Amino acid sequence: MAEQSISADRLATKTFKKKRTGRSIAKSLSKHLILCVAGVFFLGPFAYLLLTSVKSIDDIFAVPFVWWPERFYWENYSNAVHAIPFLRYTLNTLFVSLLSVLGELIAAPLTAYGLARIPFKGRNALFMIMMGTIMLPAQSTMVPLYVLYNKLDMVNSYWPLILPAYFGAAYYIFLLRQFFMGIPHEITESAKIDGASEFRIYSQMILPLSIPALFTVGLLVFLNSWKDYQLPLIYLNDPNKWTLSVGLKAFIGEYNVEWGMLMAAAALFAIPIIILYFFVQKVFIQGITMTGSK
Amino acid sequence: MARAGGNAVGIRRRERKILLKGLLFTSPWIIGFLIFQLYPIVTSFYYSLTEYNLFKAPKWVGLDNYKALFQDEKFYKSMYNTLYITIVGVVPHMAYALAMALLLNAKVKGQSIYRTIYFLPTLVPAVAGSLLWMWLLNSQYGLINMALEAIGIAGPNWLIDPDWTKPSLVLMGFWGTGTITVMYLAALQDVPKMFYEAAEIDGASKWRQFWTITFPSISPMTLFQLIMMLISSFQYFTEGMVFAEATQSMGGPENSLLFYSIYLYQQAFSFLNMGYASAMAWMLFLVVMAFALVIFKTSARWVYYGGDK
Repeated sequence: MAEQSISADRLATKTFKKKRTGRSIAKSLSKHLILCVAGVFFLGPFAYLLLTSVKSIDDIFAVPFVWWPERFYWENYSNAVHAIPFLRYTLNTLFVSLLSVLGELIAAPLTAYGLARIPFKGRNALFMIMMGTIMLPAQSTMVPLYVLYNKLDMVNSYWPLILPAYFGAAYYIFLLRQFFMGIPHEITESAKIDGASEFRIYSQMILPLSIPALFTVGLLVFLNSWKDYQLPLIYLNDPNKWTLSVGLKAFIGEYNVEWGMLMAAAALFAIPIIILYFFVQKVFIQGITMTGSK
Repeated sequence: MARAGGNAVGIRRRERKILLKGLLFTSPWIIGFLIFQLYPIVTSFYYSLTEYNLFKAPKWVGLDNYKALFQDEKFYKSMYNTLYITIVGVVPHMAYALAMALLLNAKVKGQSIYRTIYFLPTLVPAVAGSLLWMWLLNSQYGLINMALEAIGIAGPNWLIDPDWTKPSLVLMGFWGTGTITVMYLAALQDVPKMFYEAAEIDGASKWRQFWTITFPSISPMTLFQLIMMLISSFQYFTEGMVFAEATQSMGGPENSLLFYSIYLYQQAFSFLNMGYASAMAWMLFLVVMAFALVIFKTSARWVYYGGDK
């Protein structure tokens, strides 16, 4: 009996469909039940965020509890956008994120190519050092870097948030290196014999073949830059220069009972990323799993 | 003879050319490493032996900062909070993510829909997500305590009671485990199917199959996740800063949310104690390295690489 249900489970896609016993159906149902409960745990808070964002204060604090507001209180959104300079923060955040993506996409593939496809002496040692830096906590370099930027008069500018991307980050270089290593050498061999320069091979053969990987890295950089809180907090003193994370955090203390407006602001912060994700989901999941197998 | 010598020179010249090319391509990272990592970490050690407030030149004080550190209650408190969130958080979060991945891996219908749903919360910026959870955990009007009340449990004062602030964060952490699930799922799909078929013929139970086939096969992924989560857990910052807003303080009720990074941030950028903060940074560096070392050392016993390694 046990064996039958296992085979029904595993081979359902083949020819054993007829053999689905009551027990295997119950099993698959219970599986879905657990998955759905987990789904509610993941999705529920979101739904509640959106629901609260369209409730008026009266509905939010109503006793007994009001699930569905009689009237959607959209004013929360307009209030949120006016209470903090939302557009300005969004543009600031976009500026930092896009320039970081650009930098990472210039520096990381170059380095990754060197590590993946040029067999120079000391390459392995360099790679090991690079992987070691992934374990370096950001805090241990924070103070001297701040002092350095302070000397260069770059505190309260976007430089400290953007500049490091133009030198490549170990994690992204690692991802791209894995991808470049998977491209067969035969593809570039003939170009090499024809005397094409290494940079030509890199820019005209390898990069076009790596668009999904570059895309994934670009998206990861964008996401991390969009979400970042600590660096903008340290470096941006002028409220006009704040990013969304810093701006929203400051907003919490000031309006700590206006949950409707706070939830509207949180929704406005999160939704662009979620929409972006739905457009690129397929490539992104592929890319994220790329790290997984090795 | 002459020809052989010429060859050797030629080979050496070629090698040098390759080296030059390699260094040229990797130069962005090498330069970045020198400026953004090597220089600061060395300088940070020097600062840790000085008293420095940005405005006056660093004044040498020897080991005074480290001595003060070991007498600083907040240093211990923040280290305790950080270890708490690391030890109580990391393993359950990973186990949960793995359980979800195992369920999803078993060819359920709508796999990609579930995967999207689980992944969605990881896209929400930490400040926005923490704000949302502050609302969910609100002791009077929050959804969680209302649900608990419905089944007859009086929910705790999550964000105000110092005993419950960190469990609140751990709870919220489960919500953000989607990335690990997705990566585990990828690792699970790489496990050769024939292993299971052979085990089934031998009549091995599902439980036994998990421990003898699945767990060893995905152990490199577990090691990778464990290290990455450990590192990010030691740098725990944003969520703690936002949750502390419930009591309008940095560090939360009775400093129960004063994580190491937050205290370091406070020392460096609120009090401008750059020397003291650098000593803290070095202590953190050493602790992280010690943890990583222990994990790598023990990993030989539980991490199995496939035949190609």
